[in-house]
Amino acid sequence: MSPKKPKNGVSRRGFIGGVGIGAIGTGILETPALAADSGKSLGPGAVPITLRINGKPYSLTIEPRVTLLDALRNHLEHTGAKRVCDRGTCGACTVIVNSKVVYSCTVLAIDAQDKDIQTIEGLTSGSQLHPVSAAFVNNDGQQCGYCTPGFVMAAKGFLDKHPNPSYEDVEKGLGGNLCRCGTYVGVRKAVLEAAKEMKGGRNA
Amino acid sequence: MPDYSWPPMDTRKTIGKPISRLDGGMKSSGRAKYASDFNRNDLQHAVIVTCPHAHAKVVKIDTSAAEKMPGVSAVKIISPPGTEIQWAYTEVVGIAASTEQIARDAARKVKIDYEVIPHLVREADLAKAGNRAKAAGEQIKGDPDKAFQEADVTVEGQYGIPVINHTCLEPHGQVVEWKGEQVNVWPSTQNVSGIPGDLAQALKIPASNIRSQMQFIGGGFGSKFAADRWGVEGSHLSKLSGGKPVKLFLDRAQDQAIAGNRPSAYGKIKIAAKKDGTITAWQSESWASGGIGGGGAPPIPYVYEIPNQRKNHIAVATNTGPLRAWRAPNHQQACYLTCTAMEDLAAKLKMDPVEFFSKNADLTTRPEVYRAQLKKGAELIEWSKRWHPRGESGNGPVKRGLGLALHTWGGGGHNSQCRTNIHPDGTVEVELCSQDLGTGTRTIITQVAAETLGLPMGAITLHIGDTQLPPSGPSGGSTTVGGVSSSTRKSTVNALAKLLDAVAPSMGVPVEQLQAVDGRIQVKGNSSKSLTWKAACQKLGVSKISEMGENNQRNPGGLNSSGVGGVQMADVSVDIETGIVKMNRVVAVQDIGLVINPKLAESQIHGACIMGICAALMEERIMDEQTGTVLNPEMEFYKLAGIGDIGEIIAHLDITPEHDKRGVIGLGEPPAISLITAIANAVANAIGVRVPDVPLTPNRVLAALERRNA
Repeated sequence: MSPKKPKNGVSRRGFIGGVGIGAIGTGILETPALAADSGKSLGPGAVPITLRINGKPYSLTIEPRVTLLDALRNHLEHTGAKRVCDRGTCGACTVIVNSKVVYSCTVLAIDAQDKDIQTIEGLTSGSQLHPVSAAFVNNDGQQCGYCTPGFVMAAKGFLDKHPNPSYEDVEKGLGGNLCRCGTYVGVRKAVLEAAKEMKGGRNA
Repeated sequence: MPDYSWPPMDTRKTIGKPISRLDGGMKSSGRAKYASDFNRNDLQHAVIVTCPHAHAKVVKIDTSAAEKMPGVSAVKIISPPGTEIQWAYTEVVGIAASTEQIARDAARKVKIDYEVIPHLVREADLAKAGNRAKAAGEQIKGDPDKAFQEADVTVEGQYGIPVINHTCLEPHGQVVEWKGEQVNVWPSTQNVSGIPGDLAQALKIPASNIRSQMQFIGGGFGSKFAADRWGVEGSHLSKLSGGKPVKLFLDRAQDQAIAGNRPSAYGKIKIAAKKDGTITAWQSESWASGGIGGGGAPPIPYVYEIPNQRKNHIAVATNTGPLRAWRAPNHQQACYLTCTAMEDLAAKLKMDPVEFFSKNADLTTRPEVYRAQLKKGAELIEWSKRWHPRGESGNGPVKRGLGLALHTWGGGGHNSQCRTNIHPDGTVEVELCSQDLGTGTRTIITQVAAETLGLPMGAITLHIGDTQLPPSGPSGGSTTVGGVSSSTRKSTVNALAKLLDAVAPSMGVPVEQLQAVDGRIQVKGNSSKSLTWKAACQKLGVSKISEMGENNQRNPGGLNSSGVGGVQMADVSVDIETGIVKMNRVVAVQDIGLVINPKLAESQIHGACIMGICAALMEERIMDEQTGTVLNPEMEFYKLAGIGDIGEIIAHLDITPEHDKRGVIGLGEPPAISLITAIANAVANAIGVRVPDVPLTPNRVLAALERRNA
């Protein structure tokens, strides 16, 4: 059952085999930029900016090249988002900006001004865990926990838009986050459980 | 001597229960603070300038421009002129500055001249290794020549499993503060207790002046045991910065290139059997590399002690980052070289692998365990319904196949000391300098303490991850759970004995008649005669109880033991037009002794299986022959499985009184061993041809099909 060679000499098999890795690279380039170009130039020195994080304004002075992730972690003591790949691959730095799930390592802090930034720190108040965080505990959707805040934020953003997901929806919707300990079995269950818990917009 | 033995299975209240991990809420709310999350106003950020060449001599270093930059607090030459660099990304200069951006700018201003020397970075083609290949000498067992001559069936094949990277999500590094004679270090480590001794040697200060602390670690998998060069140089940078704390974490590419890899293994394997499937002979020419020091020597043939063997192993020295322990060192490689060849032999014999591996189980040290596990696994993966002879997978482009492999590991407990304090107000502290890698160590220690003291888990305050606490071994080789559960058991039994001594007089019974149960101290068999825990502790007056317990790895006293078997099976679908392998189902059957927490044990197995899927289908460190550097040191090109790539995973724990009586046995490594091979065997079964090397990328699957069709 040898495959028929197409006329142009490139078989489907050979083509896919050859481009396996390259195809992923283009996906990243297609990620839409978060901020529209205002035409105003900033820097290169530090500039004062204000970020609205979990509903509260924070003023800081920061170089324009600093990412939202590094601003959160190094300047604002919001260390829930983690720096792992630092190039939009793993999702450990996931936050929600204007209701959209984003990798905070791919956004400049200066471009996140005037936007609603939601981080893992804003999800849980006091000792009562947010239903998504609680579901990760109940279903053991975590081991070392380093990818977990990113996963929880990605799950929260996903459930906000897909309140009744199927198992397959969860696998697609959470495909932008990587875990090295291998907690996906628990994460799948956790997201489905959280969906049930959050029905009716409770705790959203 | 007090009775430390585990309470009988049917009386346990906390041990054996599927309790959620205690630190789960800290992690899933983002409140858990890892070493890399450390912040302080005076914190200096350090970066490392690394060598771009795989093999070179450092000729000249000019750091003057970097030193002059405002904000730079320290510059330290790590590899001075004259140093021969043996792998790309070797640390040459360290820089600390008030912000990471300044440190990175300064790094770009460092000028280094190298004299480049020819390198070898790829070992897969042994013919190109030249004098970098060092033979270990032939090993013979039995009479392999005669056995091959008399064999009914012989197969020969070449198999390869490449170098892969640990890819811990939290990179390697630490925050360290060297102020005067005191060093405080907050590392990301699997070995909190061992860091001071390690650093002391390099820094030439007493280990007693070094305090190491860690509450959370973002992955280790065998790559985070030592203080490491970045720990030593980070300390120097701190001292040079006037004692300010310095945060030095490798960036992703550096981490992938130098902070750990699993060595490769390649082998030309010949294996023979009688017509009835009895394996009679083994011959292997194997080679491996894990850097300039050569590679591991996988214990082949794996698990099956074949009576006649001829073995030659070659270590290849490559100019690549050095190997580190990897979840089950040498076992994944040994399993791959052995169980692939066995599957190929079974296919040639037209035997069902379940039958073939069972039939030959007498060549293993635990035939009954493996036979039972093969049977259980076959049932869970629906083997008899779904298995077909190799390649007979019907028409259509998507071929389904089943494969299996098996493994063994030790897992006895490491040395560990634990202290239990019972205070007059009833509070209980359990203290030991262990670490929780995400395996659930915190949770299982607390379960053991609660069980012994008859208290709810919430009544126990646990302190770990600080060298001011009693020392506990490094978390590697599946030794932690056995070690810490045993030391905690002994320490809590000892502390409880003191408490019972203190309350016996007032209760008017001999101490032997007292027990701690359900938050009370009561007379055995008479729950009406009791004191609440708090009331009992008040009898201590003003002095607390503080009792030690110790696990000695050479004499675990029945609380923990070593030596397990496991079988893993895979059900895959392969699209022969695209070469894409899809996971349908994985079954992992594991013998694990006494299970303290089945929920966390299952998670360990799920995680190990997912790592197996990554290694079988995606992971490989790719070296560039021309430049000598790593081509895929970033995570977009170093591929890991995502949530949609894993299929269904069924973990079967052998929880029975018979296994339980062996005591606690570690679980980290065993389930991480054989799935890679089981998947490779399933793919061979599906498509009718062996894909010799993992990862089974579309490219390789298609190439194997093309070769067959050629």
